Amino acid sequence: MAVRLGRRRKQLKGVDDHEYLTLREERAIAKSNAKIMKEFERKKRRENVDPSEYLTEMRDPNNVVEFDNLHTYFFTDVGTTRAVNGVSFDVPTGKTIGIVGESGCGKSVTSLSLMQLVQAPQGQIVEGSIRYKASDGKVYDIPKVPMNEMLHIRGSEIAMIFQEPMTSLNPVFRIGRQLDEVVLLHIPGSTDESAKKRSIEMLKTVGIADSERVYNSYPHQLSGGMRQRVMIAMALICDPRLIIADEPTTALDVTIQAQILDLLRSIKDRINGSIMLITHDLGVIAEMADHVVVMYAGRIIEEGTVREIFHSPKHPYTIGLMLSKPRVDQEAKRLYSIPGQVPNPINMPDYCYFYNRCNRAMPVCRGEYPDLIPFSDTHRAACLLYDEEALAKQAALGTSSQATNAPEPAVVGQAEADLIVTDVDNTDEGPADVVATEVSDTVDRDEVE
Amino acid sequence: MNTSGFESKNKSEHGIDETYKPEIAHNIETAGREITRMPALDAVDRPVDHAEEDEIRGFEENFRVISPGRMVAKRFFRSKLSIAGMIMVIFVFLFAFVGPFITDIFLGYQETEVHRIERVSDLVTKADYVGADGQEYMFYDKSQTVIFYKAPLSSSHPLGTDTNGFDILVRLMYGGRISLVIAFIVIFLQTLFGVILGGLAGYFGGWVDQLVMRIVDIFACLPGLPILLILSATIASIESIPPEHRIYYLMAFLTLMGWTGVARLIRGQILTLREQEFMLAAETTGIRTSRKIFKHLVPNAIPQLIVTATLGLGGIILYESTLSYLGIGVPFPKAAWGSMIALADPSKGQEILANYPNMWVPAGVLIIITVLGFSFVGDGLRDAFDPKAKR
Amino acid sequence: METNDNILIVENLKKYYYGGGIGKNRVAVKAVDDVSFKIKRGTTMGLVGESGCGKTTVGRTILRLHDVTGGKVTFKGKDLAKLSKKALRKLRPELQMIFQDPYSSLSPRMPVGEIIGEAVREHKIVPPDQYRQHIMKVMRSCGLQPQYFSRYPHEFSGGQRQRICIARSVALNPDFIICDEPVSALDVSIQAQILNLMQDLQDEFGYTYLFISHDLSVVEHISDTIAVMYLGSIVEIGDKVSVFKNPSHPYTKALLSAVPVADPDHRMNRIVLEGDIPSPANPPSGCKFRTRCPYAFDRCSVEVPKLQNIEDCHEVACHLFDDDAAQYEANKKGGISA
Repeated sequence: MAVRLGRRRKQLKGVDDHEYLTLREERAIAKSNAKIMKEFERKKRRENVDPSEYLTEMRDPNNVVEFDNLHTYFFTDVGTTRAVNGVSFDVPTGKTIGIVGESGCGKSVTSLSLMQLVQAPQGQIVEGSIRYKASDGKVYDIPKVPMNEMLHIRGSEIAMIFQEPMTSLNPVFRIGRQLDEVVLLHIPGSTDESAKKRSIEMLKTVGIADSERVYNSYPHQLSGGMRQRVMIAMALICDPRLIIADEPTTALDVTIQAQILDLLRSIKDRINGSIMLITHDLGVIAEMADHVVVMYAGRIIEEGTVREIFHSPKHPYTIGLMLSKPRVDQEAKRLYSIPGQVPNPINMPDYCYFYNRCNRAMPVCRGEYPDLIPFSDTHRAACLLYDEEALAKQAALGTSSQATNAPEPAVVGQAEADLIVTDVDNTDEGPADVVATEVSDTVDRDEVE
Repeated sequence: MNTSGFESKNKSEHGIDETYKPEIAHNIETAGREITRMPALDAVDRPVDHAEEDEIRGFEENFRVISPGRMVAKRFFRSKLSIAGMIMVIFVFLFAFVGPFITDIFLGYQETEVHRIERVSDLVTKADYVGADGQEYMFYDKSQTVIFYKAPLSSSHPLGTDTNGFDILVRLMYGGRISLVIAFIVIFLQTLFGVILGGLAGYFGGWVDQLVMRIVDIFACLPGLPILLILSATIASIESIPPEHRIYYLMAFLTLMGWTGVARLIRGQILTLREQEFMLAAETTGIRTSRKIFKHLVPNAIPQLIVTATLGLGGIILYESTLSYLGIGVPFPKAAWGSMIALADPSKGQEILANYPNMWVPAGVLIIITVLGFSFVGDGLRDAFDPKAKR
Repeated sequence: METNDNILIVENLKKYYYGGGIGKNRVAVKAVDDVSFKIKRGTTMGLVGESGCGKTTVGRTILRLHDVTGGKVTFKGKDLAKLSKKALRKLRPELQMIFQDPYSSLSPRMPVGEIIGEAVREHKIVPPDQYRQHIMKVMRSCGLQPQYFSRYPHEFSGGQRQRICIARSVALNPDFIICDEPVSALDVSIQAQILNLMQDLQDEFGYTYLFISHDLSVVEHISDTIAVMYLGSIVEIGDKVSVFKNPSHPYTKALLSAVPVADPDHRMNRIVLEGDIPSPANPPSGCKFRTRCPYAFDRCSVEVPKLQNIEDCHEVACHLFDDDAAQYEANKKGGISA
C-alpha cells in the first residue's frame, strides 16, 4: 500500500518517469485508429475490382517476389507500431532468402504481409508494393489484390510452414484427411483416390518411411519432428513456387532440427521454388540461406549474400549479433553483448534506430535515418560509418564546435567501468536518484507499518 | 558532467574507428575461428559495461503504455452490452437507494404506510317481488356508502396503491433495496466460504481436497429450490423465530446453496496457478505458506472471482424473488419484488392480474432489469479480464 | 574434506512418475533414472539434453520441488531428500532457482521491489534497517534501475524480467543457483547480456551454478563441467574441454555435430540421427540410445551401460568403451557355437 502511495506521490511531484498514457491521449489514439482502420478495411472488401488495378510488372523477371518499400503498421491502443517500415528486397527464383532478426523486428510481419494475413483490422499494409509473379505469368501487386482474389494465391502458389506444428494441424482429423483436403481444394480434377495417392507420395517425399501409418494417424500420435514433416508435406502438395518457413525448427530439438534442415534443403532442389526462411538463429541462416536480410525494428539494416554477411558484416548490429552468440567451436571468456533492449517500434526517432544500442554511434548519427550503402552488387548496409559524407561531417564536428554544438546525451549515460556498483548513494545520477530516495522512503514506511 | 563524459567518449571512439573498422572485417573474413573472437571482442568490449548498467534508455521507453486497470476498463467499455448492463445496474441502484429519499421529500410515504383512500360509492340494491296485487314489481334501493379503494395512477401515487393500501412506487424502491442488500451480503458470504474452502482444497490437495470436493458434490446434487422452500417454510413455521429475523435465515440458506460454485472455481484456478513458475519460484524462496496463498495465489484469482460474483448476483435476486413470491422470503409487511408480484397470483382471482397491471408489471420489469444488468456486466468483465481477448 | 570441495553431491537420484495401473502393475515413467554427479563450489555444471530427457526434473527434484523417488542429494553435508519441510524452508535461501519463462515466473500482481524483497524480509537476510540498501544494491548489480522498484512486471521486456528473476535469487545470498534454461526464451542480443551478468555475479559472489539447457553453445560457454543426458540418464559427463574436444558417446557426437554454426563455409561431418526420441514411459531395453545409435551392436540391447572413466574427469556410459568388449564378443560366439 505504501509503495502505491509513493507512486502517486511521485506523480504529484511531477517526476515524469515511465508513466502511463493519459486518458485523453488514449482517446485520441483510439479515435484516429478507428478512422484509419475503417478506411483500409473498406478498400480491402471491395468487390468486382478491375484486374488492371492490381496487375503489374516485375522489375526483374528472375524474381518470384519483389518487396518494394513495404510499410505495414499496427494501429494499437498505445500508438502506431511500424512493424515493417520501408522494406525492399527480392526473392529470386530457386534461391533461399534468409530473414534474420530479433523479436519485434518485423520479419514475420513481412511474410504475413505477402500472404495478406496480417491481423486485421489493426494491422494494415499502409504503403509500398509486393509484386508476386504467379505461375500463369501474371504479376500481382499483393497489397492491392482484393480479398476474394487472394484466396487463389494463398495455399496453391505460396505455402507457409509455421513454428509450432502442433497448433497448425487440426487435432481432431487424421493426417490423411487434412492432406487430402488440400489436394482436393487446390488441384483441379482430383478425386478421392488420386488425392490419397498424392498425399502418400508427399509424405514419402518428406522422408516419412511408414507413410501409410502416418496417413491414418492423428496429429497427437506423432512427434514434433514428424508433425513438422507433415506440415512440409502439406506445403509441398501444390508444387508451390514459394515456401515461407517461419521459424520452422525453433520448437524442435537440435537433432530433429538437423533432420528438418536437411529435408528443406533437399526439397528446394527438387521443386525449383524459392524459400523465404525466417529465423532468429544465425546458425540456421548460415546453413540454409543463399541471400540474407538482416532486420532491426522494422527496417532492413543489412543485406547481402550469405558469405558477405557472415564473413564481412558491416552494420554494428550484425557484427554484435554474431559476436553475442556463443559458438561451440570457439572459446570466449566473455561474450560481447549489445546493450539495451530490443525495441518495440512505436514512436521511433528519425535517426538510426540502433543509435541507442550502438557502440560506435557518432553525434552525426542523430541526423537522418541512413540509406542503404552498397558495398557490392548484392551487399548493402544502412550505417553512416560507411558514408563518406557523414564521416567528413562528423570529423568537422569533432574538431570545431564541440562545446557549443554538443548533442544532448539523451541515451548514452555515464559509462560505469564497474558492473557491480556497490555504492548505492551515487549522487551524480540526477533524476534517477530522486526517485530512488523516494521509493526508499516509502519502503521505510512499509517496514514501520 | 554528463555532457563532458559523453564528449570524451565520442572522441576516443572516433579515434578507434579508422583502425577498427577494417580490422573486424578482416578478422571474420580471412582468419580462422581461433583468432576472430578475442581481438574483435577487445575492440568492441568497452560499451558492454554501461550496457549492463542499463543506464541507456531503450526506444521501448519512447512510448507509454496503458495501465492494466485502464486496459480492463477500455476492454469493458468497448462492448455496448456491458455499457447497457452498467446503465441498468446503476439505474436500479439509484432507484433503490436514492429513490426513497426523493419520494420522502415529495411524497413523504413510508414503506408500510397504509393509504386509506375513501370514496363515496353508490350502492344500488335491486330486488324483484310479487306484490299483493299479484303483479311483479322491481325494487331499486339506492344508497350511498364509503369504501377504501386502490388508488389509480395519480400525482400523489405515481404507480397507485395496492390491495393493502401501500404506495407501489415507494414499495418498489424498498423492495429493491432489500433485494440488493440480500444479494450482496449473500454473494459476499458465498465468495468468502468458497475462497476459503476451495483455496484449501486446491492448495493442499490430497485428503483435504477429497473432503472439500465431496462436500461440494453433495451440495451440488441437492435440488436447490425445493430445499430452499422446505427450509424457509420450516423457519416460517417455528414460532419462536420472530418474522423480522427470517431474513437472516434466508441469507444463510442462500449462502449454503451457492458457495459450492465459487469453491469449485477457486480450486480449479489455484490448481492452474500453483503450477505456474512464479509459484515454484515462491516455493524456492521458502516463504510462509500463508503468504504464498494470500500474496501470490489469491490476488491472481481475484478477476475470476469478481466475474463469478457479478454473474451470481442475478441468480440470488431471482431466488429471493421466488421465495418472496411464495410468501416465505422477505416477511410481510416488508416489501419485496417477489411478494409484490404475488399480489397478482391468479389462484386468488383474476381481477388484479387483469385490471391492475400497475401492481405487478413494474416489479417484474425491475427484476428483469436487475438480473440482465448484472449478467451483462459480468459478461463484460469476463471479456475485459481475459488477457487472451484480442479486442 | 570432500563436503567442502563439492557443494552438491547427487547420488543415484531417481524420480519416477506413476501412470495408469494399480499396485505392482503401475507403469513408472522414469523421468530421472540413477543420476549421479558432484559440483565443486564456485564452478558451473552444465546439464544438456533434448526435450523430455529429464534435465528440468533433475533440477526441480534437487530442490525438492518434486518428491524424490530414490537416491541422495547432499548439499553442504545435509541430505536434502530427507530434510523435514521446516528445515528445508530454512535452507531454501541457500539454494535458488532461475526459471525458463520470464513471463510466468514473476507474479503479475506484485511490484518488482516486493518480488525481490519479500523473501529477504521473511528470512531476515539483512537487518531491517539495511533492507532498503540491500535491495537497491541487488537491483543495481543485476542491472535494474532503482526506480523500477514500484513498477509491475508487465512493464518490462523479457530480458529485464529475467534480470528481476536473477535479482530475486541473488537477494537471498545463495550459495547454489539452479538455472533452468534461463536464456532460452530471450533474444540473441539479450541472451549475451544475461549470460555475462550471470558470470559477473559468479565472479563477484562465488556462486555455484547448475546450468540446465538444450543449447549446447550456451552450455559450452558458461560451464566448467558438462553432463549430457538422454532419456533420464547421464550418458557422458566430464570437463568441458574433454567433453567438447573429445566427445565420446555417439549421442554427444551427434548432438554436437547437429548444432548449426553461424558460418556458411563451416561444413562439419554431420551425424544426422535417425528417428525420434523414444517415449520415457517405454524406453528401449539395455542402452536407451541404441535405437538411434549408428554403432549399436547386440550387447547394447541386453545390458545397460555404466558410466566408466575414459580419461581424467571424463566418464561415458557406452559399451563401445567396455574393456571386456572383446571378451564379451568371444564369450557370446563361444556360447552360440557350443
